[in-house]
Formats: sequence, structure tokens, C-alpha cells
Amino acid sequence: MTSFWKANQRRLAPWLFLAPGLLMFAVYVIIPIFQSMWISFYDWDGLGEAKWIGTANYVELTTDPNMVTSFKNNIIWLVLYMLAVPAGLFIAIFLNQTVGGIRLYKSLFFFPFVISQVVVGLIFSWFYAPNFGLFYKVIEFFTGQGVAILADPGLVTYGIIAAGLWPQIAYVMILYLTGLNNVAPDQVEAARLDGAKGWRMLWYVILPQLRPATFIAVVVTVIGALRSFDLVSIMTNGGPFGSSRVLSYYMYEKALSEYGYRMGYGAAIAVVLFAIMMIFISGFIWKMWRDETER
Amino acid sequence: MFPRPIQQSSPAVQWLYRLALPVALFLWLFPLLGVAVTSVRPASDLAQGNYFGIPSYLAFENYADVFRNTPMAKYIVNSFIVTIPTVIGAVALSLMTGFALAVYRFKANLILFFLFVAGNFVPFQILMVPVRDLTLNLGMYNTWYGLALFHIAFQTGFCTLFMRNFIKALPFELIEAARVEGVAEWRIFWFIVLPLMRPAIAALSVLIFTFIWNDFFWATVLTTSPETQPITAGLSSLNGQWVAAWHLVSAGSILAALPPVAMFFLMQKHFIAGLTLGAVK
Repeated sequence: MTSFWKANQRRLAPWLFLAPGLLMFAVYVIIPIFQSMWISFYDWDGLGEAKWIGTANYVELTTDPNMVTSFKNNIIWLVLYMLAVPAGLFIAIFLNQTVGGIRLYKSLFFFPFVISQVVVGLIFSWFYAPNFGLFYKVIEFFTGQGVAILADPGLVTYGIIAAGLWPQIAYVMILYLTGLNNVAPDQVEAARLDGAKGWRMLWYVILPQLRPATFIAVVVTVIGALRSFDLVSIMTNGGPFGSSRVLSYYMYEKALSEYGYRMGYGAAIAVVLFAIMMIFISGFIWKMWRDETER
Repeated sequence: MFPRPIQQSSPAVQWLYRLALPVALFLWLFPLLGVAVTSVRPASDLAQGNYFGIPSYLAFENYADVFRNTPMAKYIVNSFIVTIPTVIGAVALSLMTGFALAVYRFKANLILFFLFVAGNFVPFQILMVPVRDLTLNLGMYNTWYGLALFHIAFQTGFCTLFMRNFIKALPFELIEAARVEGVAEWRIFWFIVLPLMRPAIAALSVLIFTFIWNDFFWATVLTTSPETQPITAGLSSLNGQWVAAWHLVSAGSILAALPPVAMFFLMQKHFIAGLTLGAVK
């Protein structure tokens, strides 16, 4: 035993170190992905007998009007959430100075990211509240007519996205602040001597050096946009009239809430969401893989 | 340095910048300040329509009310009970997986690494039905350990990415030298690598603490009663009961936000180091 161990230690050690983490990760993350795909072909209420129905859930999805709304909202989320990247860069540039107390300013600007999305949702519900909410008051002051954002089917999604952008911008800001800190000063000085400034400096000298920060900012923003469950659940429960649903929330509604325990149908929605996410995930992984193997 | 240091600008611009900073911060945090003020506004103010003025007195009784009439204290305790074991578990597991993936060369190495990374990005919904089912079957539904076990497993993905990159950046000669001396692999892990991991452990601990404390989705899926629900799920159900009692909603929100905020301010350096991993080459 000991001689075998001595001879093969270096070959076995990585697997022993990996075993507990890999086992947990497989049981709770990897295997469930395939189980969900499997369940999506069944009609199942989560308790009784599951009935194989082939692709019927997916066929139903294509004609489900709620699915269309959720899908459309997901796209709006994705597109508007991207605003967090330039906005975060803007704030980072604004704060990248060395004046007294700037450290405290930076941390306070970062604040919204540390707070739970549940709390962010409640804060913005208060902000938007009809009749006394501050946002309502401001609109009323300027136009004479207040707008109840969260009760308006046409505006509600934008209202929730604005709430989501608040912590997301803070996150992107901190990524860029770290990136700006590491921009090579000699290159900036050299460009300055060549007469570069303002926008041209930012575009041709600074942004190329910030590329790793931009990559991570885009990754976390895409993931954040597609995971938009908490805010929708806290602020509107998908309403009014289901107009603020997104795929992640609609899936939960179908599988677990009062709309009935349709696990198979919920799983089918989750598979669609997963497929969308996979497009982005494969892109990220492909880039990371290239960086990793080039090294 | 970009942008050009403000000290090189005219005094007028410098003065303007110093003025713009607090104004911008005030606007940025305005929704939060509003809720903080509302949390100490007496209910009578709200009834009389004094929503924005100075509160007629500081009503800390709102907080007392929240603790007296709701299971808030229990929710806070529950959050700690789920969060702390998760932090310990995820950090411990990922120290080992990160070590394995950083130090050893074997065929499946990169594939496994990217499996952890990719798994970390998947939408929660694709895991929801099977994980809930598994937790039910194990008899762990609506228990703190059922929730914590899932969190440990899921966070292992992100933590492995972090630990592996951190160990990769350590001087490999240390490990080589130990091997030449004939030190056993687990001793290399325990006595050479682990002591150097302190900053990484600190950074990950604060990050995971915040992530898990703020988790809402899994709390709603895997717990149902105030005996086990963490504060995010608790606050959500209280919000349903406190229709328009904004002074209470606000006090509850502030309470839920405090622990991660305190954590952030105490461990700021580590927190940001963890979050910006990879933002610089």
C-alpha cells in the first residue's frame, strides 16, 4: 500500500483533492442541468406520476403569449443592462482622482452593489410609489401628471431595469477603477506628448488597456440581466397583467407558485433560458480558453 | 494617470470638482437616503402626508416595532446560520480543488476548470426543479443545512476559479523545492500553500458572505417557514403583510442591508480585491 502510494502519489493527489468539491458540484449543479432537460419532456406536478409527453411542452411554449412577453422583456433587459458598462466607466473616470476623502467617495458610490436586490427592489418601489413616491412627485412637478411606473404595463419593465442598473453600474465602476489604477502611466504620458487628449486619448490609449476590465464587466452584466429574478419578484410579481415577466420569473411562476405545479413546463422554460445563456457562456469560455492555452 | 490629475487644472475647475463630488454622491444615494429617513419617520407623519420633510421626531420605535411584531430577529439569526457554514464549506472545498487544478498537470485539468467556471454562470432556474426535488428526497427541505449544502456546491464553482488563479500566481519553485526534499503532497498543500492563501481566503469569505446573505431565489425555493427562512425571504413575505406601512418596510430593509454593509466597510480591501479579480492582467 505505502509503496504503491509513494510511486503514484503525484498522479492520485489531484483527484483526491478534487473529489469532495467535484462531487458536490456534480450532484448540485452539473447533473441537475441534464435532469431538467429530461423533465422538460414530461407532464409532472412534482408529486404524482410523471407522464412522458415528448416535445409537447416546447410546442406549447411557441404559442404561449406569456412566453412571448417574457422573451421580449429579456431582450429589453439585455440591451438596456449594457448601459451599465459605459455608465460605470463614466463614474470611474469621474472618481479617478487623488483629492482628500476620495477613498470614502469611491466606497460610498459602490454601496448599492453590497445591498441585497430585495432591498434595492423595496427602495425603488418606495421611490416609484404612486401619489407620494419621489419619482412620481418629480414627474408630476414637471408635467402636471404623475406616472405610476410599476402599474403601467408599458413602463414597468423599464422601471425595474432602472432599479437593476443602480447596483450593476456600481459593480462595473469598481472594475474600471481597478483597471484605471493599472493603466501604464508612461504610455499615457507618451500619448500626451503626442498631443492626444480627451476622447481620442480614451479611445485609442486607455480603452485598449482596459480590455480585461471591459470583458469582465460585459460578462457580469449579461449574467446579471438574464438572472433578473429578485427585482421582478419583489417589485411587481410579474405584473401588472404579467407585463413585467421575464423568463426566469415566468419559469418559477409555472413550476412553483399559485399558477400550478407544472414542473415539466417550467423545466422547458428553464431549458430555453439556459440555451440563451449558453450562447454567451460559450463565448466567454472560448475567450478564456484561448487566453489560458496561449500563455 | 487618466484622466489628467485635477491638481493640474485651474483653481476654478478644482473648486468645481470638489463641489460636484458630494452633489453627485447625494443624487446617487438618494433612494437609499430616502429609505433611511423613512425608517425613522413616525407613522403619524406618513398619515399626515409628511413624506419628505424633516421627521417630526426620530422614531426608533419603528425598529422596535419590527422586532416586537415580526420574526425579524429569527430571520437575521437564520441568515447567519445559513451563511457562515456556506462560507466555511465553499472556501474549504475550493482551496482543495483550486490547489489540484493549479499545481498538477493532467489531461482533464483544463476541462474540469472550465466546467467549474461554466457551471457558475448557468441560470438558477435550470437547477431549480431537480435541486428542490433532491432536497425534498434527502429530507432537508426547509432546513438550514439543505439550503447551505446547495450554496456550498454552487459557490464552489466561483471559488475554484478564484483559488486556482491565485495559487497559479504563487512562485512554483516553492512547490518544486519541497518535492525535491521529498515532502508529501498533502503536506505541501497544508504547510506551504495554505499559509500563503490568507489574503485569498479573506477576500473570498467576505464576497461569499455577501452573496449568500443577499440570496433570495434559493431562499424562496428551499425554505418556507419563518423558522428557517433567511432575511431576504422573510422581508419579502413581510412586505406582503405591511401594505403601505413604509416606515416598517424601510426599517426592515435597513436591517437586512446592515450586515453586508458592515462587512464591506470592515473588509473593504479584501472585498474589492476579490471582486476585481481578473480585471487587470
